[in-house]
Amino acid sequence: MFTAGIDIGSITAKAAVIADGKLLGTRVIFTGYNSGVAGEKVFHELLEELHLNPSTIRKIVSTGYGRNSVTFASKAMTEIICHGAGAHYLNPAVRSIIDIGGQDSKVILLDEKGKVKNFAMNDKCAAGTGRFLEVMARALEADLDGFGTLSLKAGCPSRISSLCTVFAESEVISLISKGEKREDIIAGIHESIAARVAAMANRVGVVPPVVMTGGVAKNIGVVKAMEKKLGIPVEVSSYAQVNGAIGAAVLAMGMK
Amino acid sequence: MNRMPQFLLYLIAKIKKFLLHFKTQKKMKEIMTVYYMEAKSARVGGRKVAWITSGGPVEPLIAMDVIPVYPENHGAMIGASKMGTALCERAESMGYSTDLCSYARSDIACATVNGGPIGGLPRPDMLVCCNNICGTVLKWYEIQARYFNVPLFILDTPFCHEGFAEEARRYVRRQLDEYIVFLEKVCGRKMDHDRMREVGRLSLEGQRLWQAVLDTTTLSPAPMSAFDAFYHLALIVTLRGTQEVIDYYTQLLEKMKDRVAKGIGAVPNEKYRLLWDNIPIWHRTRWLSQKFASHDACLVADTYTSAWCGTMKYIDENRFFDSMAEAYTRIYLNIGVDEMARTVIGMVDKYGVDGIVMHSNRSCKPYSFGQYDIQKIVERERGIPSLIIEADMVDERSFSESQVSTRIDAFMEMIKHRKS
Repeated sequence: MFTAGIDIGSITAKAAVIADGKLLGTRVIFTGYNSGVAGEKVFHELLEELHLNPSTIRKIVSTGYGRNSVTFASKAMTEIICHGAGAHYLNPAVRSIIDIGGQDSKVILLDEKGKVKNFAMNDKCAAGTGRFLEVMARALEADLDGFGTLSLKAGCPSRISSLCTVFAESEVISLISKGEKREDIIAGIHESIAARVAAMANRVGVVPPVVMTGGVAKNIGVVKAMEKKLGIPVEVSSYAQVNGAIGAAVLAMGMK
Repeated sequence: MNRMPQFLLYLIAKIKKFLLHFKTQKKMKEIMTVYYMEAKSARVGGRKVAWITSGGPVEPLIAMDVIPVYPENHGAMIGASKMGTALCERAESMGYSTDLCSYARSDIACATVNGGPIGGLPRPDMLVCCNNICGTVLKWYEIQARYFNVPLFILDTPFCHEGFAEEARRYVRRQLDEYIVFLEKVCGRKMDHDRMREVGRLSLEGQRLWQAVLDTTTLSPAPMSAFDAFYHLALIVTLRGTQEVIDYYTQLLEKMKDRVAKGIGAVPNEKYRLLWDNIPIWHRTRWLSQKFASHDACLVADTYTSAWCGTMKYIDENRFFDSMAEAYTRIYLNIGVDEMARTVIGMVDKYGVDGIVMHSNRSCKPYSFGQYDIQKIVERERGIPSLIIEADMVDERSFSESQVSTRIDAFMEMIKHRKS
């Protein structure tokens, strides 16, 4: 049986296809401003890549903020339950998931069966999410993809105290003018994110093994900063960004 | 001679008679309309208007035939009419902080423009402020006292971390005597203590009936939800101590019992029962109700509406006035978090709930402070989860629909898994 998962996030739209319990493929595109169009596009592009006809897909589950715009989905589910299912599918030993997306950060606790036991999401604002990193990359005129490796070279991470993303940008600009090294500033940005998310993680009670998912997990600097703040190892799968879509496809399997 | 005010009184009397004549359940809307109309034309009938805080002792006002008006109830109306943002913005342009309670901001702004859904509250002749609900009311009422140039009475109810000290009882009791002196001075006549006793009796009867109405939702399916209770609450808050309240809740109780007998639930397919905590998000009650109903979930009880019958246990019906000291001091918002948690757990058990929805209300620190602790305590003692929704009771700018929607959906997914 073929199933698909479509995760429409604030920055990227992801799709995954599973056939008889085996992951066939995934795809990531930018969401843009039209979630519905992005959902169709990422789904069809993935099917084309896999040489599959849309009619072969039995059930589709949509997730993410744009989940209700995917009109052709069989069901919409939140990204909490989908990330839980995805992480469990990729590694059944996982008990805690830290997901940092475009504008959301969440901590999800799983039981032995891979079901969501508890969760917490960022309160009030998006500082400490992918959006924060985007703004910082712009301020530093750096390539966001290179943030991770750059930060590992840091000698002494800068301290960024602003809670607000917009104010933090001003703070970063003033650090640049003071002559602080780019790597140090980037490392400071990562520590800022890690501090916010770790506080939420500790509040809900993370239990190892911990895995990071979401687009920001691709940033090795943030992962390392999280490990340092939590004091426990944090795993990252190569499927981090598409974990939600995979989970959605897994949950679609369970649908009648 | 100006006949207009007399005509207005005549009109009000006619409307009241018309409504009574039909012997149907007087609708809340009709009652509140007449109530506000009477308040706005109080001067014509030679009556005085007092603005009073939601937790304030209204019974002496009723006994003195003073019309009580509640800026907080008005605030709820402003929120429900989605007029909160504009009024809060006006308050901010006047210099008030965005961090200030949105009831206060709305009311202070409203008074200057006669805004809101009923063209502003009637001018007060006096203000009565009891700080059992919070400390913000002290400054808010001082501002309004200066603005309207009217006398202000403050009832200072000490915070009860644990229990109720004898010193606190004496302190508050003494102030109740001062309250009577204040009312006699402003009204220019003596308090009729027989009338006061009668009002006390009516108040207690009203509270008993309200409790009975809220008790009907212990059954499944619940005949009404917390969202219905938010609506029916208005009378016990504003006109406690009148016969009107007793008549209304007597009929409402009958209606609920009838629904129970017929198995009619507020949520057609009630599968999950939840408890609501904190002041409602007034501008989103319908959306929230539908959202939870779409998950077959009913908010069967809440800590807010139950607060207006929650201190009956401290009232001695033979010594109503004396026991007001304890009853008005030991309210839900004036006790320590441990006791609040015990109250919540009591409600969890009484109503058989599967989870708690807590509104982390930006405008209300006394109510929102301690929610994380209560969440932990409830999880530990009863193993049920709580969802915390960040919003504001009146200021729509603090509500993010997409965020809240996701959190509610995820919470319900979790509840469904836990229950299956």
